[in-house]
Amino acid sequence: MSKNKSDSLSMYPVKTKKQVTLIGLIVLGMYLFSMFWTQREMVGGFSGALSNMFQVLEKFFPPNLSVLSAIMGPLFQTIQMAIIATTIAAIITVPLALLSAQNVTTFKPLYVATRTLLNLLRTIPDLVLAVIFVGLFGIGIFPGILALIVFSLGILAKLISETIESVDMNPLEAMRASGANTLQMIYYGLIPQVLPQYTSLVLYVFEINVRASVVLGYVGAGGIGLLLNQQIGFYNYPNAMAIIVMIFVVVLVIEYISNKIREALI
Amino acid sequence: MIEFKNVGLVYPNGTEGLKNVNVTINDGEFVVIVGLSGAGKSTFIRSINRLVTPTSGSLEVDGENILDYKGKNLRKLRTKVGMIFQNYNLVKRSNVLKNVLAGRLGHSGTLRSVLGLFKDEDKALAYESLKRVNIEEKLYNRADELSGGQQQRVSIARVLTQQPKYILADEPVASLDPPTSHQVMSYLKKINKEDNITTIVNLHFIDMAMEYADRIIGMRAGEVVFDGPVSEVTEKTFEEIYGRSIREDDLRGGADSVEE
Amino acid sequence: MAALQLPPKPKNSLYKKIKGILIFLIVAAIYIWTFVSIDIDFAKAIEQVRQNFGNVISGLFQPNWAATGDVALSMLETITIAFAGSLMAAILSIPLAFLAANNMMGGKIGSAVGKWILSAVRAFPDIILAILFVVAVGPNPFAGVLAIAIGSTGMLGKMFSEIIESIDMDVVQAMQANGANRIQILFFAVMPQVIPEFLSYAIYRFEVDIRASSILGIVGAGGIGTMIFFASSNRDWSQMGTILLGIIIVVTIIDFASAKIRRKIV
Repeated sequence: MSKNKSDSLSMYPVKTKKQVTLIGLIVLGMYLFSMFWTQREMVGGFSGALSNMFQVLEKFFPPNLSVLSAIMGPLFQTIQMAIIATTIAAIITVPLALLSAQNVTTFKPLYVATRTLLNLLRTIPDLVLAVIFVGLFGIGIFPGILALIVFSLGILAKLISETIESVDMNPLEAMRASGANTLQMIYYGLIPQVLPQYTSLVLYVFEINVRASVVLGYVGAGGIGLLLNQQIGFYNYPNAMAIIVMIFVVVLVIEYISNKIREALI
Repeated sequence: MIEFKNVGLVYPNGTEGLKNVNVTINDGEFVVIVGLSGAGKSTFIRSINRLVTPTSGSLEVDGENILDYKGKNLRKLRTKVGMIFQNYNLVKRSNVLKNVLAGRLGHSGTLRSVLGLFKDEDKALAYESLKRVNIEEKLYNRADELSGGQQQRVSIARVLTQQPKYILADEPVASLDPPTSHQVMSYLKKINKEDNITTIVNLHFIDMAMEYADRIIGMRAGEVVFDGPVSEVTEKTFEEIYGRSIREDDLRGGADSVEE
Repeated sequence: MAALQLPPKPKNSLYKKIKGILIFLIVAAIYIWTFVSIDIDFAKAIEQVRQNFGNVISGLFQPNWAATGDVALSMLETITIAFAGSLMAAILSIPLAFLAANNMMGGKIGSAVGKWILSAVRAFPDIILAILFVVAVGPNPFAGVLAIAIGSTGMLGKMFSEIIESIDMDVVQAMQANGANRIQILFFAVMPQVIPEFLSYAIYRFEVDIRASSILGIVGAGGIGTMIFFASSNRDWSQMGTILLGIIIVVTIIDFASAKIRRKIV
């Protein structure tokens, strides 16, 4: 706390106050600009849209649950794609995570190169990956799976390398001091410390993949998205709502199961 | 036998860890290194198993200069030299047995140990070691369930399982309370006498050094400033080593409760 | 060495054993189901990639510089969608987080209700929210803003409530002891503890939302996704290269800036 020149004692230094006010104004300005920019093409403007929003959304109800049996196939396909992609990503991620962990890869250029590659990978949206793989391999689930693998690899390898970097290195030093080689050190010192986090992160990425795979169908990379796109295109909103409800249920169930597994691990 | 001959160590940032150290440690000795923190005690100890590498002079263990050891030779040296750490350095999530077996890693093939296939003798040895420090009943407990003193005993068992010829202990009691400190030092002393394992311990507590050491080496600013049997050491010696008068916190105390 | 005399391992309870076996069987069954029913036509994929490889890759690496202006405008739109959406979400999630945190106002029931609302919101993938809002307010960027706002509220609300649950309650007790009322406690004991982390997560969420908002255009919710959609339908790979470059640059800059700001805050 610093004293002002004036008589009253302020709770915060004047400089802090000024900075906070300035930042607040900048954020507000950016917000107003964003609101203007995103609404500039809107017919009727913000209030008009909000007032008839509920009317329009009513068209989705009630969901047409009689189409459930037709939804099941693509829905299961979506889950299967996520399972395969997560499994493969979980395997490939191990060497990548080790290479991009500063405490394991002491050879700096290698570490920097892997880090940069992963950072670059993570900037590419799943949709773009799907578009590229569909362009390469044609329409089907194969490009979809590839897109999910590459997409989740970036996230997973980064999170796991951070976990590796936060492990307690002392036991590894003790093992080195007793003559263990690098593989033995990884197996006895690193893996027991990382395994619970690893499993938890793989499950987390699986959840992300299930969500992400919805978008793949829009560009022909398999899964439930294709069906959803068609139904919306035909203005068949009750059918679309049935699909949305099913996706909602699947995501909730998967999240519930993976939370249970996570609790059991810790 | 360990022989330091004109050993010097300069860290990459320019600090001198060791300056012209000449010390010979005979088999079976119990040596305590004393000095303020930063005096080079840790560097001295860690040179012996090459966790740090001296930059000049020669360091002989059993007649061989270890300073140019690499790879296999280095690991072989390390299986011969056991080490105990201030923070126990156990894998907290693994159980006690697995932690103790980690001491055998240097003796075991990679494939075998990675598959978890330790020989029965190794397991028996691990159990025997735990018995010697009276902690065998915690065999299947996770390491993080144990108290500090218990964890340090497990780490002693790990070193015993390694069947070393030398034991290095880097501030083994700095994180423990007085009664537990004495317990841990008593175990180290007992092992030194029973197995004739040369033991080198870093301590900064004067009273403990006096109680357990056969010989004391005093270090200051990377140099050995005192080296002699415990009988020659007086309070004045410590004042010379530390370069200041002795204070309350240079003593551990609690020597009466050793019986525990 | 004497014969091995290890004491017996403490037996796992029967319940635990059965649980372990059951989990193993379920996981095995899921994998078998996945790999038996998934149908990938590798031959076709390989043939396709032979035809398309040169075309796609050379296109991607030869961006269409003439489209730079359009891409920049689209990216600006994406940024405004993400900014307005995350800011709305950050504000919306504060009351929800206080409701969901078990150490604040809600009590047990309130906390359960709050957590339930948040996880229900989280279960909708962003793309589905975008579909709903496109139908509700028309195909324009503002639908994207709403989708991002709602989607991020689920995640931010959860994070915020966890932050609130982890605060030091001793301070709160001390203030209760000297007679402060609930509002005073909120502003003097709770807010100072949570605000830096709230800010940090909100800024991080903006990073995530930039990625999320870049795909919403595929369902008509504005931003760079619209261009992705057209480029992919026209198989215009050099256009796609320009878009990809734009995304990588913007996301990298924002990630970098956000990491820097967050380090300053916490």
